Amino acid sequence: MSTLVAPAEIEVEQPLSEEDFEYDRPWVVIVWNDPINLMSYVTLVLQKLFGYSLAKATKLMLQVHNEGKAVVSSGNREKSELDVARLHAHGLWATMQQD
Amino acid sequence: MFSHPNFQRKGDQVRLRLDVHERLLLTELLDELERLLDDPDDPELRRLFPPAYSDRFDDEQYRSLVRDQLVSGRAKALATVRETLAAETLDLEQADQWLRALNDMRLVLGTRWDVTEQLDFARLDPSDARGRELAIYGYLSWLQEQLVEALQSASGR
Repeated sequence: MSTLVAPAEIEVEQPLSEEDFEYDRPWVVIVWNDPINLMSYVTLVLQKLFGYSLAKATKLMLQVHNEGKAVVSSGNREKSELDVARLHAHGLWATMQQD
Repeated sequence: MFSHPNFQRKGDQVRLRLDVHERLLLTELLDELERLLDDPDDPELRRLFPPAYSDRFDDEQYRSLVRDQLVSGRAKALATVRETLAAETLDLEQADQWLRALNDMRLVLGTRWDVTEQLDFARLDPSDARGRELAIYGYLSWLQEQLVEALQSASGR
């Protein structure tokens, strides 16, 4: 690693534009209730895909079942898209939106 | 009927027991789903490829990115079930593929007949197509429930 002494000049940071702000706002992944997927299966998929404990996965599944939807993960756009695709591969009804 | 469990966890494996009628039925369902997967835009498959975004442009981009992968993943699960229909045991990876294939079959039948959570199996008429396919849907649900239970029982004693 370089040990050069940096010149005493401070780089002026550009203020964040509206666009940067939009891009950085986290995305949330939502699982929606549907009449086909079994409750036990939804719980198992949440455990498997996100490493959630049985208790946490069950709580989220019940939220989906009782309230119609639940946020199951969040992050940047790329990660959220991957999460949605993995949920779709398992047949869950998942969408993503900016928080 | 149904006197023995179809799936039973034994350590890192799942023991599989299907009689010849069950295997025949599953083969028919595999044939049908494989045929349907040739055209992923078929409205019967809409629950297999749901939208990710409410924005149409974003969603089309998402679809073009993941669709081939979603199709090949589903085809792989169906192929695994077909190959292991008569197997005595499944490893955990195969069991996972079974779980996904059973779920896809249920999603297609459930979408076709617009299943609700209040479906009353006792009132189905097995002499019409709807009654017959919903009875199959019920059977698949029961199979899948057993497999989830087998996979959740960690030690499998």
